[in-house]
Amino acid sequence: MNLVKLTIDNKPVVVEQGTTILEAAKSIGIKIPSLCYMKMDDMNFENKPGGCRVCVVEVEGRRNLAPACKTECLEGMVVKTHTVRVINARRTVMELILSDHPAECLTCAKSGECELQDLAQNLGIREIHYTGEQSHYKGDRSPAIIREMDKCIMCRRCETACNEVQTVGVLSAVNRGFESVVAPAFEMDLDHSVCTYCGQCVAVCPTGALTERDYTWKVIEALVDPNKTVVVQTAPAVRAALGESFGMEPGTLVTGKMVAALRKLGFDYVFDTDFAADLTIMEEGTEFLDRLTRHLNGDKSVKLPILTSCCPGWVKFFEHQFPEMIDIPSTAKSPQQMFGAIAKSYFAKKLDKKREDLVVVSVMPCLAKKYECTREEFSVNGDADVNVSVTTRELAQLIRNANIDFASLTDEEFDQPLGESTGAGVIFGTTGGVIEAAVRSAYELHTGKHLEKVEFNELRGMEGSRKATVDFDGMKLNIGIAHGLGNARKLLEDVKSGKSDFHAIEIMACPGGCIGGGGQPYHHGNVDILKKRQRAIYEEDAGKPIRKSHENPFIQELYKEFLGKPLSDLSHELLHTHYFDRKKKVEIEE
Amino acid sequence: MAKVKIPDNKVQELKDICKSFNNDPGELINVLHQAQQLFGYLPAEVQEIVADEMNVSVAHVYGVVTFYSFFSMLPKGKHPISICMGTACYVRGAEKVLDEFKRRLDVKVGETTPDGKFSLSCLRCVGACGLAPVVTIGERVYGRVSPDDVKKILDEY
Ligand code: SF4
Ligand code: SF4
Ligand code: SF4
Ligand code: FES
Repeated sequence: MNLVKLTIDNKPVVVEQGTTILEAAKSIGIKIPSLCYMKMDDMNFENKPGGCRVCVVEVEGRRNLAPACKTECLEGMVVKTHTVRVINARRTVMELILSDHPAECLTCAKSGECELQDLAQNLGIREIHYTGEQSHYKGDRSPAIIREMDKCIMCRRCETACNEVQTVGVLSAVNRGFESVVAPAFEMDLDHSVCTYCGQCVAVCPTGALTERDYTWKVIEALVDPNKTVVVQTAPAVRAALGESFGMEPGTLVTGKMVAALRKLGFDYVFDTDFAADLTIMEEGTEFLDRLTRHLNGDKSVKLPILTSCCPGWVKFFEHQFPEMIDIPSTAKSPQQMFGAIAKSYFAKKLDKKREDLVVVSVMPCLAKKYECTREEFSVNGDADVNVSVTTRELAQLIRNANIDFASLTDEEFDQPLGESTGAGVIFGTTGGVIEAAVRSAYELHTGKHLEKVEFNELRGMEGSRKATVDFDGMKLNIGIAHGLGNARKLLEDVKSGKSDFHAIEIMACPGGCIGGGGQPYHHGNVDILKKRQRAIYEEDAGKPIRKSHENPFIQELYKEFLGKPLSDLSHELLHTHYFDRKKKVEIEE
Repeated sequence: MAKVKIPDNKVQELKDICKSFNNDPGELINVLHQAQQLFGYLPAEVQEIVADEMNVSVAHVYGVVTFYSFFSMLPKGKHPISICMGTACYVRGAEKVLDEFKRRLDVKVGETTPDGKFSLSCLRCVGACGLAPVVTIGERVYGRVSPDDVKKILDEY
């Protein structure tokens, strides 16, 4: 390892060769402003096109200012980050960017979270000395994502997320010069593309060019309708991040406050997607054991590995990209959809109501869930099992709207019966969690033995793709885990070419799993935030009295009273689904 | 954009072009060049096949096609009109001539009239500066064109 010594703003610093000035400065507490640049270690995300030039600094002996995000440190360099020349250059660059940006901050969905806005404030821009034509592009409203490309600053972060991290390849810079914009092929709408709605482009966009489709108003309408019973479910990852929207430390668990807030908002029943996660384990786990047993007995018609199917972003990905493999994923629906199906059958019956009288709202860390609940197979006679899906960010908005002082709320408990969950349900929120939950139950159901230690540390972590072997009482099970669709693609290609010997694979579309979902409070590239959310999820699990899905008493009751047993006819009807070959569906607009 | 059906034998030819460049994504521009020679233009369907063969995203192919002005996504008209925009032609009023063609044909640069008869494009200097401003239609060259000549020229076709 070669070290180089330099000074930045008269402070000496020693860094590894190859370090950029931006990173070196950061290490000694100097925060050089940046805009297009974004880097997330562990997530395979690095965007440094060097395009915006907001990060310029003066390097002694060089005629031109250097972009700090792209310039590597050299021995003896003398760097100045805030000379008059630098500040002027930075302001000019910023004013030029702003001269082609709509000044709509007051009503922009990104306001308060926008990096462009922050930067303009930090630089103290009060006037724009350049006027010129502003570029206009057609807007795009998909069920999950809104593209308002007039607000795009061409940082290309979304391209990096979509193409390099997720390898979906929906977005590319198109056209030239003033007309250039990031868009899907043929500038068609996302809806017609192979977009998975993972929302990772939204998660990294510095401006309001990419945002979620906001359904908060639909929720408010349902809540004020006297003829509707409004039921809400909250995904595991929401409780580990919602606090951030109210200024709390990342990783603060706010389960109890979240329940209290939802009740204050007027939901008739505050339930938990974690309950449905436990249910998913019952169905998916049983399906896995069934396939495994038949496989071990030499039945050639069963395929292994089984792939998890609880992430709709991942589901859409394999439908487009690996349609020849649509018979390997589990047929179990996602927890969101299982919840909807049970709420509108079992629970509606308990209330003695028709399914149409119920409105099911889901709070998700996710944009793909907005799309998922619109899929036709998830409704009955036009009535969707899940009517509205909002993100963690939208829930925060609803809470603020209702004048609730979130931080001062007293913890409350979920309602029953669909609010009870185990630690296994909670860990669905992080990469590795679904498979750990499955292993906890499958172990006991398969071996008939009691599992002493429920934590499987070998399945935990943040590496993009992991392998582990779990001992099932003498039988070795090979487990694969991937988060981020690029990592999933690699695992899948190995399965396709027969190179892998996995029995089961867990896949989550978002880096980190749902804790890093496209609907979570913005992380602005800080991976530590994801790690803290992950810790919070495991902390919640550890604190639960019951930690195996099959021991959830309300799940047991649901099977006894209603479903019969896992994979029963009724379970199949309500809790399982089928997939579509979407390869041919890439349409070209007429 | 209307759907274009590409005959099977042409699809095969296109795939062969990709193969002749070892399906190497680094050769995308060259592949697109040859594809344009084969089809005369690069409709969406051609771009999709190229993307598939070269193992890159369609969005990326489209990005390249729209970045370089020598690629076109529209079929050329029966009589392709080109107007020289080199310096000599420009200073002698080529832009006014161009505007007149645009007005009469009601198309933009790079477009083709709905009946498929004319398409309109601009060229860099064609080396006939003595004749500026220069317009070519198919193989024919017209020199010292003024906006008033446009109607007469079009009427020849
Ligand atoms: S939602 Fe995901 S797949 Fe769709 S464009 Fe954004 S990053 Fe790509
Ligand atoms: S849409 Fe957002 S992330 Fe993508 S290039 Fe524009 S500003 Fe950057
Ligand atoms: S990983 Fe979670 S948040 Fe991301 S798309 Fe899948 S289900 Fe949604
Ligand atoms: S942040 Fe360095 S060039 Fe944009």
